Amino acid sequence: MRHGRYPLIVSFLLPPLVLYGVFVLSPYLQAFQISTTDWLGYSAQADPVGMANFRTLLHDGYVWNALKNNAILLALVPVLTIALGLFFATMLTMGGRKGRAGVSGVRGTSVYRLVYFFPQVLSVVIIALLWKEIYHPNSGLLNGALRAVGLPAPTWLGDPRFAFWCVLAVMVWSNVGFYVVLFGAAMQAIPRDIYEAVLLDGASRAVMLRKITIPLLWDTVQVAWIYLAIAALDGFILVQLMTNGGPNFSSDVIGNRMYDTAFGSETKFGYASAIGVVMFFLTLSVAVLALRAARRDRIEFS
Amino acid sequence: MNRRDILRRSAAAGLLATPAAGLLAGCATSGGDDKSDAGTYKGTKSEQNPLGVKEDAPLEVVIFNGGFGEEYAKAHEAMYKEKYPKAEIKHSATQEINKTLQPRFVDGTPPDVVNNSGAGQIDPNGLVSQNALADLGELLAAPSLDIPGKTVKDTLLPGAVEVGSYDGKFLVMNYTYTVYGIWHSTKLFSERNWQYAKTWDEHIALCKQIKAAGIAPWTYAGIHPRYMSWPLISTAIKLGGPSVALAIDNLEPNAWKSDAMKTAADAWYQIVKDKYILEGSPGLDHKQSQTAWCQGKAAFISCGSWLESEQKDVTPAGFNMTVAPTPSLGSGDKLPFEAVRGTAGEPFIVPAKAKNVAGGLEYFRTMLSKKGAQDFTKKVASLTVVAGTTEGVELPFGLATVVKALEASGSNGFNWVYNNYYRKLERNLVDAACGEFFSGRSTPAEFLDQCQKGADSIAQDSSIKKYKRAA
Repeated sequence: MRHGRYPLIVSFLLPPLVLYGVFVLSPYLQAFQISTTDWLGYSAQADPVGMANFRTLLHDGYVWNALKNNAILLALVPVLTIALGLFFATMLTMGGRKGRAGVSGVRGTSVYRLVYFFPQVLSVVIIALLWKEIYHPNSGLLNGALRAVGLPAPTWLGDPRFAFWCVLAVMVWSNVGFYVVLFGAAMQAIPRDIYEAVLLDGASRAVMLRKITIPLLWDTVQVAWIYLAIAALDGFILVQLMTNGGPNFSSDVIGNRMYDTAFGSETKFGYASAIGVVMFFLTLSVAVLALRAARRDRIEFS
Repeated sequence: MNRRDILRRSAAAGLLATPAAGLLAGCATSGGDDKSDAGTYKGTKSEQNPLGVKEDAPLEVVIFNGGFGEEYAKAHEAMYKEKYPKAEIKHSATQEINKTLQPRFVDGTPPDVVNNSGAGQIDPNGLVSQNALADLGELLAAPSLDIPGKTVKDTLLPGAVEVGSYDGKFLVMNYTYTVYGIWHSTKLFSERNWQYAKTWDEHIALCKQIKAAGIAPWTYAGIHPRYMSWPLISTAIKLGGPSVALAIDNLEPNAWKSDAMKTAADAWYQIVKDKYILEGSPGLDHKQSQTAWCQGKAAFISCGSWLESEQKDVTPAGFNMTVAPTPSLGSGDKLPFEAVRGTAGEPFIVPAKAKNVAGGLEYFRTMLSKKGAQDFTKKVASLTVVAGTTEGVELPFGLATVVKALEASGSNGFNWVYNNYYRKLERNLVDAACGEFFSGRSTPAEFLDQCQKGADSIAQDSSIKKYKRAA
């Protein structure tokens, strides 16, 4: 009975594996090879230069500047997004005041849940353009609101003090909705009687969140953490469309640096691949660290 | 394996898929080693066919679909087809020249004609240093298609060949002739009874007057602040003569800190200090700032002569946009007030590995014919590098002022090409310095320092090929 299934399994597995090999693995391997050449991208000629690209990289102030911004993203985007996601999800599933058991969501939960998910439906490009207009110094929504209440109206994306934080805010905004839904779904799976028990014991909502919800959601939070950490090391699309790294490189990220080196102001594909290789190892280490750091004993409740 | 394991594992898989930017190498360097000439098309040269076009050889043209659109190119293609009815022409238009064509360059199968322009332009230095471009010298020597007794070179405006030449080889055919200057609306100015100022002091006085009238004197593309480097460098060149530009182009030490550049930067700092720039400009891109200008929120803007067609949709009727040279600093200026920066722009190339190089050159000859040039000027309201083709063509208001400014400038016209030699220097480094300077965050000295640092970093980078020009 079993042997009849193998051809079936193989025929289902093979095409995706081949596609993965051809379109994901082989370019990766090739990027490693190209990063050791001086390839300029528009001819087949590429001379090996050993580790020269990586040595240049070590002294490239623009790359370090971009890495610094990625580090800030890495430190803030996951924390802010998860915190906001948990807060909203908690409010939606157990924030309601009505109900004897105290474990129902605020009024209009289903509407909120839908609204929170909106940014996730939009393409990142649309989000970038949308916010570019919101941040418009003269006719943007944000400055319109600020002026209406008599506050100063900065130039946002045109000011190196703000541009990077504006992009960071959009990154959090566009991600939160997804995690509200993810955490919300996971919370639904937590048995109600646990909450009822702690409520009877007199636990406040904050304690409930800290001592019951988060430990039981830990696996989900961990996954969220990894996804967001990877997103924070990228950030390329938003930055490229909203500020292109400016003003004066204040909002530059490593992905944008790589793109600019290959396709933007230069055609140094060898050097750009070296940046890509560095990015690869950074992302890999961050993900492994995040997995390690977040490892805890799993709590089974079913 | 439970649900959470699957989640976690899919996260690990996402790990491998996410920095997909690593994919940029694509199918990379493997293809297209030097192939023999077997696949190329060559015809017999004759008086009628000086470039040796094979009459039935297909021709592939890739156009940058930007401010000029693609209709003008279709018209040129039709003219080519008229002469070579058996040739099949493949036309395509894109906004992403680099991403679309990079694999084909590597593969050794590029198209025959490429309009290498726009934000997705392939860095010309990269193409030149990799010998990816066909020498267009033969085109210059060929007789013009419909201007009797002249070679193609004879029909071009001064400076058209120099801009596309690298180490003496003509490799890039820049088709349009662009004038850079300061733009204003004569309608606004006559309504308010303002006069465009010819000297810097008068300009500052006028700015004061404009500001008092409740209009911002200046606006600029804060997201692409290099637009403001153009009038600033122009002011310096008019003060110190063309050698100022020569030093910058040749990456001479401290070229950006010459006395002329210092004086010019100090002068321009006045409009920053006195807040003569529309508030919020640092956060506007080129379209947003130009639109604010068209709406009368600001009086002056720095731009090239593509401005009129770029703003066609939002310019109010009777706005009458007019280009003017940068004001003179004083009687010590080496060049007169009328001198403007005029240069050939909108680059077209024939890749060295194109199958139909002769056809590509012939296509250029068609573009550079009187008929081709006039048709272009009519369709997109821009000048071409072909001299005297505006006769008998009704020009829109802005373009007519461009022609007048060019005539007045005459042999005093000037230009610089460092932006063609080293795209990164203008697009990234000088751009960033201008952003700091015109938003008031850096002083003139800091501005010039930052520019010089950028130029030095290019000069020291041994992986960038350097070019020198003589005059």
